[in-house]
Amino acid sequence: MESKKINLDMKKYGMILAMIAIFIVFNILSGGKNATPMNINNLVMQNGYVVILATGMLLCTLTGNIDLGVGSIVALTGAICAIMVLDYNIPVPVAFLIVIVVGLLCGMFAGFFIAFLDIPPFIVTLATMLMGRGLTYVALKAQTKGPLPNSYTMVGAGYLPTINIGTSDAPVDLLSILVAAVASVFIILSEFKSYRTKRKYGFDVNPLWQIAIKDAVILAILWFFMIKLATYRGMPIVLLLMAIIVGIYHFITTKTVAGRHIYALGGNAKAARLSGINTRKVFFWVYTNMGLLSAIAGIVLSARNASATPKAGDGFEMDAIASCYIGGAATSGGIGTIIGAVVGALIMGILNNGMSLIGWSTDIQKVVKGLVLLGAVTVDLVSKRKK
Amino acid sequence: MSDVILEMNHITKEFSGVKALDDINLKVKRGEIHALCGENGAGKSTLMNILSGVYPYGSYSGEIVYNGEVCRFRNIKDSESKGIVIIHQELALSPYLSIAENVFIGNEIAKSGVINWTKTMQKAREMLTIVGLENENLNVPVGSLGVGKQQLIEIVKALAKKVDLLILDEPTSALNDEESKHLLDIILQLKKKGITCILISHKLNEISYVADTITIIRDGKTIETLEKGKDDISEDRIIRGMVGREITNRYPPRDCKIGDVIFEVKNWNVYHPEDEHKRVIKDVSFYVRAGEVVGFAGLMGAGRTELAMSLFGRAYGQKISGQIFKNGKELHLKTVSDAIKNKIAYVSEDRKNHGLILIDDIKHNISLAALRDYFSERGVINQYEEILSANEYKKKIGIKAKTVEQQVGALSGGNQQKVVLAKWMVTEPDILILDEPTRGIDVGAKYEVHCIINDLAKAGKGIIFISSEMPEIIGMCDRVYILNEGEIIGELTKEELSQEKIMKYIISHQGRRKHNGK
Repeated sequence: MESKKINLDMKKYGMILAMIAIFIVFNILSGGKNATPMNINNLVMQNGYVVILATGMLLCTLTGNIDLGVGSIVALTGAICAIMVLDYNIPVPVAFLIVIVVGLLCGMFAGFFIAFLDIPPFIVTLATMLMGRGLTYVALKAQTKGPLPNSYTMVGAGYLPTINIGTSDAPVDLLSILVAAVASVFIILSEFKSYRTKRKYGFDVNPLWQIAIKDAVILAILWFFMIKLATYRGMPIVLLLMAIIVGIYHFITTKTVAGRHIYALGGNAKAARLSGINTRKVFFWVYTNMGLLSAIAGIVLSARNASATPKAGDGFEMDAIASCYIGGAATSGGIGTIIGAVVGALIMGILNNGMSLIGWSTDIQKVVKGLVLLGAVTVDLVSKRKK
Repeated sequence: MSDVILEMNHITKEFSGVKALDDINLKVKRGEIHALCGENGAGKSTLMNILSGVYPYGSYSGEIVYNGEVCRFRNIKDSESKGIVIIHQELALSPYLSIAENVFIGNEIAKSGVINWTKTMQKAREMLTIVGLENENLNVPVGSLGVGKQQLIEIVKALAKKVDLLILDEPTSALNDEESKHLLDIILQLKKKGITCILISHKLNEISYVADTITIIRDGKTIETLEKGKDDISEDRIIRGMVGREITNRYPPRDCKIGDVIFEVKNWNVYHPEDEHKRVIKDVSFYVRAGEVVGFAGLMGAGRTELAMSLFGRAYGQKISGQIFKNGKELHLKTVSDAIKNKIAYVSEDRKNHGLILIDDIKHNISLAALRDYFSERGVINQYEEILSANEYKKKIGIKAKTVEQQVGALSGGNQQKVVLAKWMVTEPDILILDEPTRGIDVGAKYEVHCIINDLAKAGKGIIFISSEMPEIIGMCDRVYILNEGEIIGELTKEELSQEKIMKYIISHQGRRKHNGK
């Protein structure tokens, strides 16, 4: 019994350990280059949109499906936003709002066919992928649109205000450190609270040393990140956006009725329906939500590039899908976590970044990513089968 | 010694440290029908899987002597080449392939990979005659046949493999009484042709009907072997061996006051979901009183499940008309969640596909239907309450599991059924529709489920009880409606109830319909 529990925890945190291991391997291969403050900053900047997309994609994979249209919606929303700002002089915040609504509408479009007409999601999103890409080319007349103003690019390339307590050559941002401190206190307190509530209700609790190790690892990662960021240019706005989105969706999937309904639908749709769950509604909102997050990713990506291009977001859907499966989601649905998907996205990001640093070509990078995906899912499924 | 076809000696098999089989011995005589009895999880299927090579030699200890020679099967092909064929509980037919194709699947009549269709058809026709299906069109896809016929096709498939020892794992679990009888008669015919048969079944009347020898297994051990003509093989005797104690009363007595009418259905009509001209339920009216267990008897396909599901928030059918009253007030249930809100629960006949999320754990399954109303506040789940209530029900109705975190898919059938019952009990319903609540679960668990039903009735709930097992209907119900082809054709009170009476109603109704049809 006891050993089984530890195994379960190992499985849960195995991906985090794998991520740390991959990071260390590239740290050695690149002679420490991947741990420089600038590179850590790049990691966040480069992978923000994948993390955002992976959180939305996880909900799709929980239903046992995927959304192939994501990359095209990213491109389309980015293009529309850039056109509104540059050609029609619409204020940036208004343009953002409009484009988020556009994303929602794109999601509703797919959701309508999937949920209410029972068209397989694979087909519907294959169609939105083609349509979205085509419309992007039409909207941009196959040209790149830019450069975008500062108020726009802030979202993808900007930083939160900093309070420098170091020197101008070796800056140290107090705000980043304060955020890390507050987050640490929050993590420890919530762990303590959950421990106490469990005791109060008389449930089994994991041994304290296990909790301690788990929290130590999480805190170490947190501080490592934040100190690196503090000694570069502070916290990127993308980081804040990512943290908020991941936090919200983690809460939804683990703590709310709506989240549980998605798991139930993926686990057994018929049983879910006979338990009073409106499975059509669940499907509809899952895909609508994917449209929303695609629009946010579209804004972030165009902001980071300071322009909108027709080819933007090409293949993002595959990165997001791969992140979910690397992070332990089941292709049949009903299994997977937001944290898993985020770790999956980070593993892909660390791999990409590390391989670039040691000078491997993007062609080889694709091969390695493919192998990692195959390996992660194989290990997951084979180990489950043994049980 | 030559009359013994199979001996399995000292078979022991472990699953990750847990002994599923513990030194089991089985001796089967040539040409007999040998029944294997035991509660769910006693190890019957495991033993047969070892015999047929599903669990290869080396994964267990002990020896198999077949036709006087020691056998070490590495896979199913090995055992089949010796003439041992197993038919599993779940049908292994390919629904879109034709009857002929299915009969010879994996065993095609072919020369260098090219199928000889003339010969295939000829042989298939020949063999279908044995099971009385000579009039079936060989080119029809198997999926379009009823379960009873599909089960017969499975037997034909086994016969095509030159079978000497046929193993049937609960062949009648999905069949109605008539189909079951037909199947058992075919097994008796096969016996005359010299085929030895091992039969696993929960239905003790079937075992008494066909078996020559009965081996009883309990907790992975051989308890005893009974022989027809030598030992007492009455149902009570077999049950005593299976559960290790005498169940003096197979249906627990219920002593409760029946109150006023709490649920009433008037002129209920339902059309088939895919065919708007086909009326599945015809003008059905009935009522249930508080504390009353009302049975619905009928043949397979009589429309009982369709009626139940259409009442449960229109989960089945289209163009539904009629009225539902609860405590005298008319209800308009448009969705399942309406039904749940109005304190109606439906326990599906198909717990694996319609009742449970097998990949999820016990606590999440139990809370699922009550999540919104009992376990959450403004959409946020109280996970602690969830665990508490799961533990409460685990104790209350005896779900055998280590913790409520255990995956439901890993539980035995009886325990899964208890999880489904718990899931609906937490919604605190006034009306419970139980559709075949004891299907495929063993005698002990059945008794426990019956006790749960009695407790619910005692608490003043109205219970609609659907079962294909007549003795169960008669043993459990206060009043029974007889349903045939979507119509209520009779109503019997507890005093009037008997199997003969129910059958008489059905047969005379069917006869009348045929007469009118012509």
